[in-house]
Formats: sequence, C-alpha cells, structure tokens
Amino acid sequence: MRSHVLRPLWVVMGVVALILVARQFVVPEDFGIHERGFMYGYHRKSNEEEWKAFKVKYRTKDYCRDCHPDKYGENITSKHRIIQCENCHGPAVDHPDSPPKLSIDRSRSLCIRCHAYLPYPTSQRSEIKGIDPGEHNPDMECSMCHNPHKPDMG
Amino acid sequence: MTTLRGAAASALPLAAFRFLTRSEARAAVEGAKVRWGFLVDTYKCVGCGFCVKACKLENEVPYDAPVTRTWVERYVILKDGRMLADTPLGARDGFTGMEVQGVQVRKREIAKAFFVPKLCNQCENPPCVQVCPVGATYQAPDGVVLIDRSWCIGCGYCIMACPYGVRFFHPVYRVAEKCTFCYHRISKGMKTACVDACPFGARQLANLKDPNDPVTRVILTQRVAVLKDEYGTKPQAYYIGLDENVR
Repeated sequence: MRSHVLRPLWVVMGVVALILVARQFVVPEDFGIHERGFMYGYHRKSNEEEWKAFKVKYRTKDYCRDCHPDKYGENITSKHRIIQCENCHGPAVDHPDSPPKLSIDRSRSLCIRCHAYLPYPTSQRSEIKGIDPGEHNPDMECSMCHNPHKPDMG
Repeated sequence: MTTLRGAAASALPLAAFRFLTRSEARAAVEGAKVRWGFLVDTYKCVGCGFCVKACKLENEVPYDAPVTRTWVERYVILKDGRMLADTPLGARDGFTGMEVQGVQVRKREIAKAFFVPKLCNQCENPPCVQVCPVGATYQAPDGVVLIDRSWCIGCGYCIMACPYGVRFFHPVYRVAEKCTFCYHRISKGMKTACVDACPFGARQLANLKDPNDPVTRVILTQRVAVLKDEYGTKPQAYYIGLDENVR
C-alpha cells in the first residue's frame, strides 16, 4: 500500500490505542455491568455504598423516648401521638452532641398545616378539626391555649 | 466432547472455585429477596407537607430552592367541570388556604378535592437510566434508581426522559438529583424519611418481593393504580384512590 494511505492509518490506530490506554486509568475498576444488565445496570458499584453511607438525620420518636420520658409519655396518650417529635422540633441528627439544642417552633404556620380547615370531601383533611386562620385569634400563638404535646382540651 | 469439557474445567484456575464468606453469601441471597416499592393512599393524605419538609432536611436538598425530591399536589375539581391543581413550593409548608391557582374556591363549588403525594416511582423499566450517556445513573439490584454524583456530567438527558418529572438539577452539586427512597435509611432497616414523617400513614414503603410484607399484601390484594401506565415504564409506586384528573 502507498505510504500516503498508510501514514494517516497509523495515526488513527495510534489515537485508538491512546484512548484504550487512557481508559484503563480513567475508568474505575468496579465500573461495569452488574445485576441489572447493560441497559439499567451499567455503573460504578461502589456508588451504592456511598449512598448507603449518607448521614441519617431523622431518628424517629424512639430516639427521643429515653431522655424525654415526660414529653414522650404526655404525647403518646394524646391524639398527637401520630406526629413525630422531629416534625415540629427538626431532625435530631446526633442530638444531644450535635445539635446540642433542638428548636421549638411555636409558629401558627406549623399548626395550620393540618388545622386550617379545608372542606375537601374525599380527603381525610375535612375530618380534622380545623379553623380559619384568618378568623381564629389571628394574632396569637396556638400554643398559648393548646398544648401541642397533648392537645385534647380538658 | 465430554473429555474436552472435562479438560476445559480442569484448566480453570483454582480461584474460580472460591468459597464465599458468610456475609458475601448472605448479600447474594438478600439482593434477590428485596425489591423496594411504595404505596400511597390519597384518601389519607391531608396535605400537611411534613413529608416534603422531612425529605428536604434529611437529604440535604436546599430548603428554599424551588426543587424537591418529593412533593404533594392538590387537585380541586369544581362542579362546573374546571380542574384546578397546584403545589406551592412542592407543598413544603403544607396547604393552608382555599385559593388554588389564583382562584378563591368556595366550599359549595367543590365536586372533588384531594391531595396526591408524588415521588420517584423506581420504575422497572426506568427511561431515565436508558438515556444516560456515561453510566452515571443506574438501577441497584433492589430496584432503586440512583445517581453517581462523581460520574454525572450534568447533561440533563435523564431529567428530560423521566415522564413523571421527578428529576432535577441539584443547585449545589450541579448534577442530576432524584429521590433515592432514602437509600441510606432503607438499607439499615429504617423507613424513608417521608414515610416516618407522615402522621396519617398515607405513605408506605414495601418490599415487593416479600409476600408477608403487610404493605405488599395491600398492593397485591386491593385496588391500586400507577401513574402513566401507558408509558410502559412499569412504575413501582402504587396509589389508592387515583383519579383520572391526576397527571
């Protein structure tokens, strides 16, 4: 074959070889087709572990029980037992180490998430006791009259 | 032929016949025993938005940015046939008023009204995964679709491909982002942050491979529907009380 044909061919082959060599260094070792096949399972396997190692922040009511038995006991007998402590106080993360104190949200906007009355016939929302936030003591905090841990009055 | 095959087997390196450690064997079996799915009961949802708040804080999705991994939609169908729907900030702060899409709705005008929580359907045929040109998004053996943040180039194909609009750009990491079913929680035996935060049991996590899972039993024995079945994506988030108006 003529050299002017061969020469660019060598260049192309060199580029391909370079890409293949570079690929060995760039692509991680555990990258490949795993359990779900080529179409859905082409990935870096160790990324699954990276997601599993993500920090858990919401610890649920069981985490609060032992150190706050008074609040827990008060709450668990009331209608508000279905609400997680962290829904209102924020995620516990590693409390009491970090954060040392959780917030106490006394704002009306927290209560009216459920207790602003919405008359929606096919939703459980209409069955929750509710108020019109614009009419019902608009300048007061709900907690001034209602105990959020045990809202059953009397 | 048999001799040939025998010779081939004897030529295999001894390393091919290694024993699995106990944890490796357990992992191999457990991988086949778990397939995560989800059940939403739209009758129970009251639109408080605690699930959205919990999801954002748990998964470090910027709280005030207009992006979220899960959200709650409100549908109000009026007696005159009009359909109104909204999800202000993904319902992060719940639904607290009667105004929908700028319309002040009155009680007597309402024919139907309900809330529909949405999240990733973890499809059996995830179209978002197929389109990824670099192998940055994938389906884990237990069915959860994840994104490799260090591998994603941010091309956005997957965001366009998802028929449910579940994916978005993470404003901080500048890669595609989506609901992971709180992979860090469910792999530890916990429930997802949204399931734990829901006071009414409107959201439930299910292991679809376990016939004794109470949530799976509901999916298998009661009338449930999925979103956009016609796309053939085989979504694995099942809904009780779905309406034709829900998109």
